[in-house]
Amino acid sequence: MKNLTLITLALLAVLMVVEASAQDANEILRKVDRNMSSENRIMESSMTVRGKRSNRTIISKTWAEGTQKSFSEYLSPAAEKGTKMLKLEGQLWIYSPSTDRIIQISGHMLRQSVMGSDLSYEDMMDDRKLSDIYDAKVVGQENIDARNTWLLELTAKVADVPYHSQKIWIDIERFIPLKQELFAKSGQLLKRTEMSDVLLIQGRWFPTTVLYKDMLKQGGGTEFKITSIQFDQKIQDYIFTKAALKQ
Amino acid sequence: MKLAIRLAYRNLIGAGLRTWLNVVVLSFSFVAIIWMKGLMTGWDHQAKTDMKNWEIGGGQYWHKDYDPYDPLTLFDSHEPIPEAVKNEIAMGDMEPFLIVQGTIYPQGRMQSIMMKGVNPKQTLFKLPTHKLDTATEAIPAIIGMMMAKGSRLQVGDYVTMRWRDVNGTFDADEILITAIFSSSVPAAEAGQIYIDLAKLQSMMLLQGEATILTFRDNQKERPTLAGWTLRTHKDLTKAVDEMIKTKTMGQSIFYFVLLLLAMLAIFDTQVLSIFRRQKEIGTYIALGYTRQQVVGLFTVEGSMHAVLAALLSAAYGLPFLAWQAKVGWTMPLDTSQFGMAIAQTLYPVYSAGLVISTVLIVTITTAIVSYWPSRRIAKMNPTEALRGKLQ
Repeated sequence: MKNLTLITLALLAVLMVVEASAQDANEILRKVDRNMSSENRIMESSMTVRGKRSNRTIISKTWAEGTQKSFSEYLSPAAEKGTKMLKLEGQLWIYSPSTDRIIQISGHMLRQSVMGSDLSYEDMMDDRKLSDIYDAKVVGQENIDARNTWLLELTAKVADVPYHSQKIWIDIERFIPLKQELFAKSGQLLKRTEMSDVLLIQGRWFPTTVLYKDMLKQGGGTEFKITSIQFDQKIQDYIFTKAALKQ
Repeated sequence: MKLAIRLAYRNLIGAGLRTWLNVVVLSFSFVAIIWMKGLMTGWDHQAKTDMKNWEIGGGQYWHKDYDPYDPLTLFDSHEPIPEAVKNEIAMGDMEPFLIVQGTIYPQGRMQSIMMKGVNPKQTLFKLPTHKLDTATEAIPAIIGMMMAKGSRLQVGDYVTMRWRDVNGTFDADEILITAIFSSSVPAAEAGQIYIDLAKLQSMMLLQGEATILTFRDNQKERPTLAGWTLRTHKDLTKAVDEMIKTKTMGQSIFYFVLLLLAMLAIFDTQVLSIFRRQKEIGTYIALGYTRQQVVGLFTVEGSMHAVLAALLSAAYGLPFLAWQAKVGWTMPLDTSQFGMAIAQTLYPVYSAGLVISTVLIVTITTAIVSYWPSRRIAKMNPTEALRGKLQ
């Protein structure tokens, strides 16, 4: 009887630890979400697609409001200059100056690569918060680039997620992700994202360089580098309209 | 008429080398036209047989959203297999296919493919699907030669394959190439990987669903199935018919040039004969021949080139055509890049209709070309002709 009580107590203790860990993980995710999202932002960035033989850099300027609205204009190279992209509450339109047409990217076209990079339009479009679609738990602590991180394991709690599970390394002090691994249902590692060059911008820590790598594909991945970013700026409403695409 | 034929034959043989040159050129036209037409018939026969054996069977039902030219439709092109055909499937006279998009990474290169789920025990196609029963930790897969060449894959190779299930969630696993087949049907080979239907259904979370239902018997009246579109054997081979028709039209120009050369020679011969044999023409008329009979004599003489050519063609053409039907004609270009069902070696198929129609066309054309210059005889003055005076 005494043994049974001890076992029960031990099990309860384990369950409480697990529950506490799960709660912590979700709290960490919420903090990360808070840190990484802002009311609005204007940024200039470069996207370098590291191919097998050569690299290709695309420079763009983006205006974004929350996670639902964003407008990007490609500034270089010449072949992409003037291409604009509008994301508006789950819909995506692209304007190409060479054809002077606006095309809606929808359905399966969202799964295509963005300008030959390791990112798909869908990767850009999925603006659901991690805490809404994944169950998270802290599985340990690791050191990445001399920073202490929590290692979180995320498992999908809804069916319609592209990646069944993820691992995220979160900076313990700054609450920003430093590394992310995306897995298939079978457990095969599909993509790896590494964040670096973390800067304190307008009172918040923000990684300004992100390296996306399709782990099944050859090549050095796609490097996304923010060259300038401003949070909480006044953005005119017309920016987030289809009419702005042709201007 | 008998006399005309006898006279014509004697005159032709008497003309010697001139006649034989014409006959040889004309016989070459005979053999070339029959061989090329036979090649087209052979291609038509081979393409349709190969398509039946490797791709379309006796006809198919397509899911209403399925469009083979638009891979983006594949994600939604599936539905539970209708109850009405389950008995036929159990009998082995119908095979369901589930077709979905995927990506493979041979040597780290990303390559879009179509995954085709097929019953390993099927007997409807020549696909070596029994190799899908191989016991391995990876997913056993078979591919066509064109796919193997393009992806540099060999039997025994492992390659990572990635796909999305019906919810859009990524999944990935290793596949093992257990067999490579060669079919000469690009639609059955290019960018396609065949795996066990049940396995693909479970990978996609689409148990009991299919994209295409292929039936064995193309003569049978087929019922309509709600949500599925019937594609008969004729519908599915329409592209081949159109291609053959286009090629035949193109070849007709070649036949025309060949015949033109032969007919030019005969025309010249006729003109020369009439010019040189004016005394003979005058004599015929003096002996009581009407002008039309003399025209007829010369027309028969010209037409007899075609008869002699047909005999000569039979002498060397028959062994040649029979040998070609046996060994075929191997095209100097790689036909796998043509994008349609065409074998590297084509075997001509000749029919009695093909030979008779060719002989008739050539003979009639020769008769017309022979008659054309002979009409001058009708306008000749017999006295002047007897004197051999140019008219």
